[in-house]
Amino acid sequence: MASLQSQDVVARSATTTATPQARSAVPQVAKLIDESKCIGCKACQVACMNWNDLRDDVGNNVGVYDNPADLTANSWTVMKFYEVEPKQGNLEWLIRKDGCMHCEDPGCLKACPSPGAIVKRANGIVDFMSENCIGCGYCVKGCPFDVPRISAKDNKAYKCTLCSDRVAVGLEPACVKTCPTGAIGFGTKDDMVAYGEKRVGELKERGFQNAGLYNPQGVGGTHVMYVMKHADQPELEGLPKDPTISPMVSVWKGIAKPLAVAGMIGAVVAGFFHYMKVGPVEEKNDEKENA
Amino acid sequence: MTNSWTDIKNTDLVLVMGGNAAEAHPCGFKWVVEAQQQRKAKLIVVDPRFTRSAAVADVYAPIRVGTDIAFLSGVINHLLSTGKVHLDYVKMNTDATFLTKPDFKFDNGFFSGYNVDKRSYDKSTWGYQVGEDGFVKVDDSLQDPLCVFQQMKKHYARYTPELVSQITGTPKDQFVKICEMLAATSARDKVMTICYALGWTQHSVGSQNIRTMAMIQLLLGNMGRPGGGINALRGHANVQGITDMCAYSEVMSGYLSAPTDADVDRETFLKVRTGKPLRPNQMAFTQNFPKWHTSLMKAYYGNAATKENDFAYDWFPKRDGAYDILAIFERMHQGKVNGFVVQGFNPLAAVPNKKKLSAALAKLKYLVIMDPLETETSEFWKNYGALNDVDASKIQTEVFRFPTACFAEDSGTFTNSSRVISWKEKAVDPPGEAKTDVEIMARLFQKLRGMYAKDGGTLPEPVAALTWPYINANLPQNSELLREISGKALADLMPPPPAPKLDAKGKPIPVPTPAPGAAPPAPLVKAGEQVPGFAVLRDDGTTACGNWIYAGCWSQAGNLTARRDNSDPTGLGVFPNWGFSWPANRRILYNRASADKDGKPWDPSRKYLAWNGSSWAGGADIPDMRPDAAPEQGVGAFIMNPEGVARLHAIGMNEGPFPEHYEPFETPVGVNLMCPNNPKAVSNPAARVYKGDMEAFGKAAEFPYAATTYRLTEHFHYWTKHARSNAITQPQAFVEIGEELAREKGIKMGDRVKVRSNRGEVVAACVVTKRMKALDVNGKKVHHVGIPIHWGFKGVAQNGYVANALTPYVGDANSQTPEFKAFLVNIEKA
Repeated sequence: MASLQSQDVVARSATTTATPQARSAVPQVAKLIDESKCIGCKACQVACMNWNDLRDDVGNNVGVYDNPADLTANSWTVMKFYEVEPKQGNLEWLIRKDGCMHCEDPGCLKACPSPGAIVKRANGIVDFMSENCIGCGYCVKGCPFDVPRISAKDNKAYKCTLCSDRVAVGLEPACVKTCPTGAIGFGTKDDMVAYGEKRVGELKERGFQNAGLYNPQGVGGTHVMYVMKHADQPELEGLPKDPTISPMVSVWKGIAKPLAVAGMIGAVVAGFFHYMKVGPVEEKNDEKENA
Repeated sequence: MTNSWTDIKNTDLVLVMGGNAAEAHPCGFKWVVEAQQQRKAKLIVVDPRFTRSAAVADVYAPIRVGTDIAFLSGVINHLLSTGKVHLDYVKMNTDATFLTKPDFKFDNGFFSGYNVDKRSYDKSTWGYQVGEDGFVKVDDSLQDPLCVFQQMKKHYARYTPELVSQITGTPKDQFVKICEMLAATSARDKVMTICYALGWTQHSVGSQNIRTMAMIQLLLGNMGRPGGGINALRGHANVQGITDMCAYSEVMSGYLSAPTDADVDRETFLKVRTGKPLRPNQMAFTQNFPKWHTSLMKAYYGNAATKENDFAYDWFPKRDGAYDILAIFERMHQGKVNGFVVQGFNPLAAVPNKKKLSAALAKLKYLVIMDPLETETSEFWKNYGALNDVDASKIQTEVFRFPTACFAEDSGTFTNSSRVISWKEKAVDPPGEAKTDVEIMARLFQKLRGMYAKDGGTLPEPVAALTWPYINANLPQNSELLREISGKALADLMPPPPAPKLDAKGKPIPVPTPAPGAAPPAPLVKAGEQVPGFAVLRDDGTTACGNWIYAGCWSQAGNLTARRDNSDPTGLGVFPNWGFSWPANRRILYNRASADKDGKPWDPSRKYLAWNGSSWAGGADIPDMRPDAAPEQGVGAFIMNPEGVARLHAIGMNEGPFPEHYEPFETPVGVNLMCPNNPKAVSNPAARVYKGDMEAFGKAAEFPYAATTYRLTEHFHYWTKHARSNAITQPQAFVEIGEELAREKGIKMGDRVKVRSNRGEVVAACVVTKRMKALDVNGKKVHHVGIPIHWGFKGVAQNGYVANALTPYVGDANSQTPEFKAFLVNIEKA
């Protein structure tokens, strides 16, 4: 898609050339997952595999309802089921649609060393350009939500695209369209935040005092947000409370990479001066050894 | 459903019990979610397991399998003892004021008239006292100890919260809290809905489970009202259509009770089925039975059905016994069935006690399977190792497989739970040699008819005379069939003569003969035209109608089932021009009950129907009432009952006019706490049990755990294990147990376990969950084992054992629906 409309790309992995910034009227999009309306039916999983022409293996039951048991290169969204007791003796079955959060400040993109393998679009979608992927797995380390998966088949990374192909032509993502209870909404980020906050208010009224919107600021906010019954404890459903990009990525990109680049440039410069001053290194020991 | 899916959004309280709507009906469940958000409706879930429905509920309570009547009877006791009853509604719309017969009794588990040897009741002491005027005696004060209201009070006072909790295992405080929430909807302006499904029907007391809830809804004044009703969530896209069109033996199309051996001629047959008002001014709508039946016989036999031959009455088969699925397999097991045609059905997986079924199928000479898929039944003879351990060399049954089109490969209609008939177009052609079911049946019929014509045979008339008016005899079009079902006039239907005008003395004024040359009155419907509805059907052979409740779905205006207008003028979720809702495009049944005795809506904010001074018309829906019946005439809303009101005391039920708790046939506690000293009334005393099946029931000593089977949202019965997408999302057979039982048995998450009943075993992965907790039942700890049903030895999902290897061969005493939902097992690490 990037090649179809490069002006949509506002950030590109491992690239120093500036990305186009002319488009200023592109609305930021967001998907809102209202967990209080989710019944875990997995229609979104099926819609995702059908729209994206993905078919995972028929696996095994490992003792839970989660199937496939985790995200894979062929399952870009899966339902995660958590049996928890936020209050002692008060069982809740939290069901979360797992998948890419589409961070405003994407750790995967930051970590990616391959030029153009990960892009961020003007509307906020973080997309993998698989043809540029070298399969190094840095995006996996860079993701605060443990989302990208490397395919054993082609050694490339995959994850939810937020149906960037559908969104580009004015359609909602496939999971949103199929959700039978209206638990998944899609629209501009502003609208989704506003609606999410309304839902949070309604949940508080219903007795969920700690209801809240999960839109973590540690990654600049996300373009996939959750309405949670227990936003004070996102770890109940396997989400980090204050996700940030791993310091290793920051070190690598923020300090180590410039240093390394400086080091490399320094080496080249030093080499140049050494050559000019000392001349080429001559090979003179071959004959002795052969003799 | 008495109401509709879209009507659920009007409710104040949703009870999900005897079902798991979020799991099994995720699309319809959106209206529950809508009510929660828009109306701040509360959702209560009562289930042995904390289900997907419970995950979004406000209140959840556990219950032991097979004890719903005890729970609901406790609710009735709560309502009656606290006075939380919508009394005006109850007096107006139920038989609470009716006097029962003085000899009616209930004692120690039995109602009066029980015959232990026959396991059945003589019902002569049940029912109402009828006066000399032919009408039921009533006591409007509700004080007479014989009136239904007082009888109910007496019967249900026994269900104290303590006893309910002891039987059901539901903690008392949770039970009382739910009682209070339900009771709050007795207010005029509050309405509750109930969504149930197979969790109530598939019990030896299934029909009474539903009846108990219906009684609660009546006491609360919630029937016939937007946001209320008794809502059966049907199992697949067209199962409502199947029952409407008589795919079982007890009824003909449109729920017309089918003739039995006792109905020796048409007159006898009609007499016992034609209603007569039991109270003054009642519509007793079944007095039209002869019109519906005669029109149906005309649809079957056309010109061959004449007044002279009793409209072909003698040609229609008369039942000599039961022909439900358990009865059929029992006969087959006894070697009394030669051939069996199985259409869109997978009984080897879907009927209890696989071992018995397999033995029965092996006794057939031939088995015909019509199905889009390779079903387990079609390969019952083939060895699949432990999953189907049979010796093919010993089975002589010849099996024919006719591949059929699936639903997307044919046009036609679906009738959904809301009773809405929706026309659909074909999406793709069927693959390979597959043909539509209609074509296969039509070709078979043509062949058989030809053989009868050529070779003769016993009683060839019913086959020879069947009307077959289709353009292509081998391939009737679905549009032709739907027009036939909707019905047409065979002669000009003239309006009935106007009632004669009366003079001042009350004598009729003679109608002058029309002047010569005056225009004759115009017919209501011209010969050959489609009928507008069942109101014009006749019993003189001048109308044909394949199903009276569908009459008018394809009228002169065209195919109304194909309408797709999603406008909702009143905002009450009615959508009157979307498809066609039987009967008469009515979206809520008994909707006259949504208004009070003066014809004003109980709740002005949900105005559904109102008397405007001259008519009931003009409301949100088609009135379920004679449009000109003024409220002061007291015409009851329950027009199908000759009483005109709904029955709290129902003599049609085989195990008693009031629902009573009986244990499942396999009970983990072994005693019925409602009558602990009567060993003959532990389980439903009127349920039919065949010889050999009683012996095959397990006892708690050997099989200590209460088991139940159910469906998962990822799969549809035994179908979608053939579909890759579904198989990915739920790949392999599993059973569920609670953490405590898992600890006791040393079972860990994902372990292989073996589950045994007295009839068979399954091996599957084990899901260990917090969502199933041990219940305290009368001081004894009862664990549950949950068993999803979707696996078998065919398909693309992982092969698995058929869950119905475990289930018991006994059904509900009225419908014979098998008791899939409550039985006993043992479990161990495999």
